[in-house]
Amino acid sequence: MSREVFSNQPDSGPNGTRVQIVGVGGAGLHAVEHLAQSGFAGVPLAAVHTDARLLAQSSLGTNILLGSRLTRGLKAGDPDVGRAIAEGETEQLAELCSDVDLLLLVVGLGGSTGSGVAPVLARVAREAGVLVLAVATLPFDLEGRRRGEQAQIALRELRTASDAVILLPNQQVVRLLEEGAGLTEALEKVNELLADGLRGLCRLVTQAGLIKVDFSDLCEVVRGRHSESCLAAAEAAGEDRVKAVVERLLNSPFLDHGNALSEAESVLVSIAGGPGLSLKEIQQLMDQVNRLCEQAQVVMGADVDPGLGDRLVVTLVGTHRRQGEPAGSEPTEADVEPGLPGAEFPVDGRAGAEPTSGGAARARHFVPPAPQLAPEEKVKLMEQRGLRPKRGKRAGTQFMLPLEVVSKERFEQSEPTRYRGEDLDTPTFIRRGVRLN
Amino acid sequence: MMLKPSHHVIVGLEIGTTKICAVVGRLQAEGVLNVVGVGQCRSRGVRKGEIVDFKAATEDIRRALAEAEDMANLEIKSVFLGVTGAHVAGFNNRGRVHLPHGEREITESDVQEVVRNARTLNLPAGRDVLHLIRQHFIVDGRSGVTKPVEMEGEQLELDVHVVHGMTSRLQLPIKAARSLQIDVEEVVFNGIASSLAVLSNQEKDLGALVIDLGAGVTEYAVYSERVVKHTGVIAVGGDHVTNDLAYGLKVPMSRAEALKIEHGSALMAPEVRGRTLRLPSETGLPDRTVNLEHLHRIMSLRLEETFQIIAEDLERTGLLDYLRAGVVLCGGGSRVPGIHRLAERVFGLPASTGRTRAISGLVATLDQPEFATGIGLVRFGSFHLGRTRRNTGLASRIARTLGGIFQTS
Repeated sequence: MSREVFSNQPDSGPNGTRVQIVGVGGAGLHAVEHLAQSGFAGVPLAAVHTDARLLAQSSLGTNILLGSRLTRGLKAGDPDVGRAIAEGETEQLAELCSDVDLLLLVVGLGGSTGSGVAPVLARVAREAGVLVLAVATLPFDLEGRRRGEQAQIALRELRTASDAVILLPNQQVVRLLEEGAGLTEALEKVNELLADGLRGLCRLVTQAGLIKVDFSDLCEVVRGRHSESCLAAAEAAGEDRVKAVVERLLNSPFLDHGNALSEAESVLVSIAGGPGLSLKEIQQLMDQVNRLCEQAQVVMGADVDPGLGDRLVVTLVGTHRRQGEPAGSEPTEADVEPGLPGAEFPVDGRAGAEPTSGGAARARHFVPPAPQLAPEEKVKLMEQRGLRPKRGKRAGTQFMLPLEVVSKERFEQSEPTRYRGEDLDTPTFIRRGVRLN
Repeated sequence: MMLKPSHHVIVGLEIGTTKICAVVGRLQAEGVLNVVGVGQCRSRGVRKGEIVDFKAATEDIRRALAEAEDMANLEIKSVFLGVTGAHVAGFNNRGRVHLPHGEREITESDVQEVVRNARTLNLPAGRDVLHLIRQHFIVDGRSGVTKPVEMEGEQLELDVHVVHGMTSRLQLPIKAARSLQIDVEEVVFNGIASSLAVLSNQEKDLGALVIDLGAGVTEYAVYSERVVKHTGVIAVGGDHVTNDLAYGLKVPMSRAEALKIEHGSALMAPEVRGRTLRLPSETGLPDRTVNLEHLHRIMSLRLEETFQIIAEDLERTGLLDYLRAGVVLCGGGSRVPGIHRLAERVFGLPASTGRTRAISGLVATLDQPEFATGIGLVRFGSFHLGRTRRNTGLASRIARTLGGIFQTS
């Protein structure tokens, strides 16, 4: 994989990607709080909630209390109420998105505030031209069917509203815990995993990197409404730090013991270490990762951060696309907006890497912040990307094409059935992301 | 052959996505409805409940009607035509009349005025009212009044349920019937027709949800306190299930259809985990196997989603709590094993298959969920005949509203 090495990349500084992390609802607030307490600087943190009491205890920079008149500082109680409250106070949410390029939205789906407010916030942010990456948890099975259903509904809305969703099903965490583990412990674990992942994501998009992976790479990996992304981060120090890191990554419940990787279509690996980070280590690590995900297109980035000292930090984002979804397809406006004619999947859907191609009409949808480069550098970068071996090389279209025909055949003469921005003619299991192995 | 005059003959014609069905009923002197003929034909020109191939559809209608004529031994001159499609929608409207001179008795003319007001609708251009169904009168805020005449009050209101659809798309099936020299007496929304066929008066009173799981579309209607409270259509049906299976299991549509009918299930049972089905080879290719678990999962996801969309809609209207008689399923989709348990789970209400009631004649042939719409159309027709004699009833009002459609077609 030939990638340009930007050895003298200027520090991202004030011109870099401006990231804002927002925790929405109780779970989101706790996760962000956990992040703050574990010593996390450089990225502004904020919380949005309807519960005044929880917000009062929060130590975050920005706290936004929604619907104080309606709920008198209690929780919203119902996702619809949450949504209505958020719709009524969009100005406050819009303020949160000013001067931001990327909004990392942390939310626990299933409850009232998170499920209701998060899709609205995502929409507001996107209308303001901000890229929205949602990191959402799904409730534990023990929380009951209703919460699960609410979470699924909210997830669908969130997928429509945001540019990408990374999903962490809480239930997966249960396997990690000991038999007698308490609920607090489980939630603590979830928060910890979330915080690790967020930290990794922020590092990925804000730091310069020796072998650069940046925001547009991340977008390329996670975008697509029907895709399912997984996220894991781990760090280790000492002699066998490569081995330890890989072990920890594989232990992450969100990677499903590495199974998620073997099915992934594209994987982004970001490696960061102290000055002692050696090529050999990177190679060892990438060997392992490549072996795990043979099918996938792997994008790798590495960075040396003196602050890390002896530690090695690896962040991994993988995406598994549904069979019906051609690789690299981008959710177009038509995909998102109800009432527009069926989405045409671009065969070569790399538009996301070229900020100029979309034009004003697309601006609302997918605007990766333009890399702050001189024009000639930009051209060079484009060329570099154009030359890069594309995922199309894996002949994905060969089996995509006939399947797409099967899917439309019966209904091609009639108008598509649209419901809340989804095309119901597409098989449910594909839209819901159910994997048939 | 001497054909008898079709005086009290009522014919319901359903132009469905998989079959076109004509049901011939005879209204006997004592008001008993007797079904004397059924004609069916495989439908080729219909998708999602709407005609897409006019020529094929007309041909199929002709065959179905001819078969029904043969069986009933009469000539069909007019039909009650069932229509459906994603464009059909229902909503509730309220008309209001202020009685100017303080408290006085409400008269028949006040009632007519309130009916007129309730019919004043803000429909988008190009849409026509299909049904306008009286729900209840409200006198000075007191709801649930059925006969307001001679009551005293200052304000009279009327709630109606309005079913409307796009004029251009409603005209197509009418045109198809006309082209066969068949008169259309009335255009009826299929969802209302099937609910008429399967609900007893008691169920209408208690409150029931009827879901007609067709091949092209799924229609639903909610009854409570004996009146239609809500109707709706989702352009998702059995075809979608078949399509999902063809797509997910990588088999042709015909094979998917057969698999759905023979091995389908609306629920995932734990015992199918890992089980496979061997498919006999068709063209000398090696035998294929299909994972039964996948088959069930694909089906259950689709059916559950369809129910969930309906449940969401009902939740919005707040009607879910009024369905004391539960959910009644009809249409071909109600034959899927486990569909009742799925409906019970999604709606939290008991579910059953609708039986076509209060109809005599070819009972054995007709007591199948697929015929609910056809029989319902005949029932609708019998009400229509009964009421036009008095000429003040519901159907004649609808006929007037629909006049526009008939003239232009």
